[in-house]
Amino acid sequence: MSQESLLQEIAVCVERGKVNEQSPYPPDLKGQPGADELTRKVLDMGASADQVLSEGLVPGMKIVGIKFRENKIFVPEVLMAAKAMTAGMNHLRPYFQSGEVQRKGTFIIGTVMGDLHDIGKNLLGMIVEGAGWEVIDLGIDVPAVKFLAALEEHPGAFIGLSCLLTTTMLNMERIVQDVRDSRPDAKILIGGAPVTDEFKTKIGANWYSPDPQGAVDFLNKQVS
Amino acid sequence: MNRILKALSSGKTLVSDGAWGTMLQSMGLQPGECPESWNLTHPEKVREVAAAYVAAGSDLIETNSFGGSRFKLAHYHLDGQTYEINQKAAEISRSAAGDKVIVLGSVGPTGVMLMMGEVSEDQLFDAFKEQAMALEAGGADAICIETMIALDEAILAVKAAKEHTRLEVICTMTFDKTVQGDFRTMMGVSPEEMVTALQEAGVDILGTNCGNGMENMIPIVESIRRINPDIPVLVHANAGLPHLIDGQNVFDETPEITASFIPRLLDAGANIVGGCCGTTPEHIKKIRQKTEIRTKE
Repeated sequence: MSQESLLQEIAVCVERGKVNEQSPYPPDLKGQPGADELTRKVLDMGASADQVLSEGLVPGMKIVGIKFRENKIFVPEVLMAAKAMTAGMNHLRPYFQSGEVQRKGTFIIGTVMGDLHDIGKNLLGMIVEGAGWEVIDLGIDVPAVKFLAALEEHPGAFIGLSCLLTTTMLNMERIVQDVRDSRPDAKILIGGAPVTDEFKTKIGANWYSPDPQGAVDFLNKQVS
Repeated sequence: MNRILKALSSGKTLVSDGAWGTMLQSMGLQPGECPESWNLTHPEKVREVAAAYVAAGSDLIETNSFGGSRFKLAHYHLDGQTYEINQKAAEISRSAAGDKVIVLGSVGPTGVMLMMGEVSEDQLFDAFKEQAMALEAGGADAICIETMIALDEAILAVKAAKEHTRLEVICTMTFDKTVQGDFRTMMGVSPEEMVTALQEAGVDILGTNCGNGMENMIPIVESIRRINPDIPVLVHANAGLPHLIDGQNVFDETPEITASFIPRLLDAGANIVGGCCGTTPEHIKKIRQKTEIRTKE
């Protein structure tokens, strides 16, 4: 198989959530190599890590993001796709560390203080990572100081705030204010079930997206 | 036993209660505070919510135990008090309900996912068993498993409650409207899939809760009825979606709006109706008026 078709195969593995040969999911690809083996193989054949990222993993995850936005797939399919993406991505870590492959930028995410829900935030992180970004996940119940500390460590990074509850939405407003007090130029994206575009404008965040793919579109636009 | 099924057997529509979380917030529960901890620290306030729904005309009231599984309580380092918190939740509602009103022991999702390998089936089953048994010990008449999005978790919860209590078991799932116009949970479960799977698990009553307003509940009930014309169906609907106005959450639906959809919801085949997030005792009063007009007709 040519490098090019292997890269396309990797994209299919991500889209379908095929992690590795042992993985029983999805049933129709049972016994076939997954994102794990195919990434190793194409790297050994001489493909660059950058090619694997931009022609294999990223296109696969982009389809996942779009299908999720269109309600053609749901949370379980995204989680499996992310698992396959991570299996491929693990082979690229040495290249990220050596600086041979540059990611598009850094995205710091967290569920806001007082809120313990992480599914939405995790999905966002997976889909943004799958778009070629470095994602720093600060977890749940995150106060403004933690976002500021992460921003200190990763200058120029974008910030993503998530919440599920109408009550913790109010904490989102406080965090945006606190971050802005120290970093007036911080770029802040918000999302979560109760959040709206109107709310984004009111609290002075930079962008709102109802779905993870919208966040990817925004982030990519900032660095293109 | 079987108080709900008996009450429904005459063909009567029962009215359940409204929101608890938003009511407790209006009494001073802070964002980030564990609502269920109030069963131990502010039982009188919790009882006020229960009593307000009894006074509004609820035939059934819930308990303040939605986030009372040991997995949820662990976030607040309260998992060591899981049994006590749930037992107390049922005792509080029981004391407000007296003998006439039925108490539903509320059980919400654990927040951990089986498919990601975060937890084993046994661990999840044991957590639901513990919560259901504590609610029974505190005097609940039924277990109401609600806001479920994953079938595997819902099935384990139903089985745990059926096998380890003598109570009737209700299970409701939360559906969103897709861009295609049908309804699915976040995990992709359709109302039809829910009916088949939960019946196999032994559920007595099923239905839907939370969501986006009373009107959206009508097509969901219709979907359930296409699969099963007989099983009792419970609906606990949000008062639409929240909007932040001057630092306060204001929900779309007034009590009049919510109640206006009741005749169509009953036509679709709902048997027990009540509210979820954003609904108040006033919503329940208006719902009650609509169901009574209907009974007389």
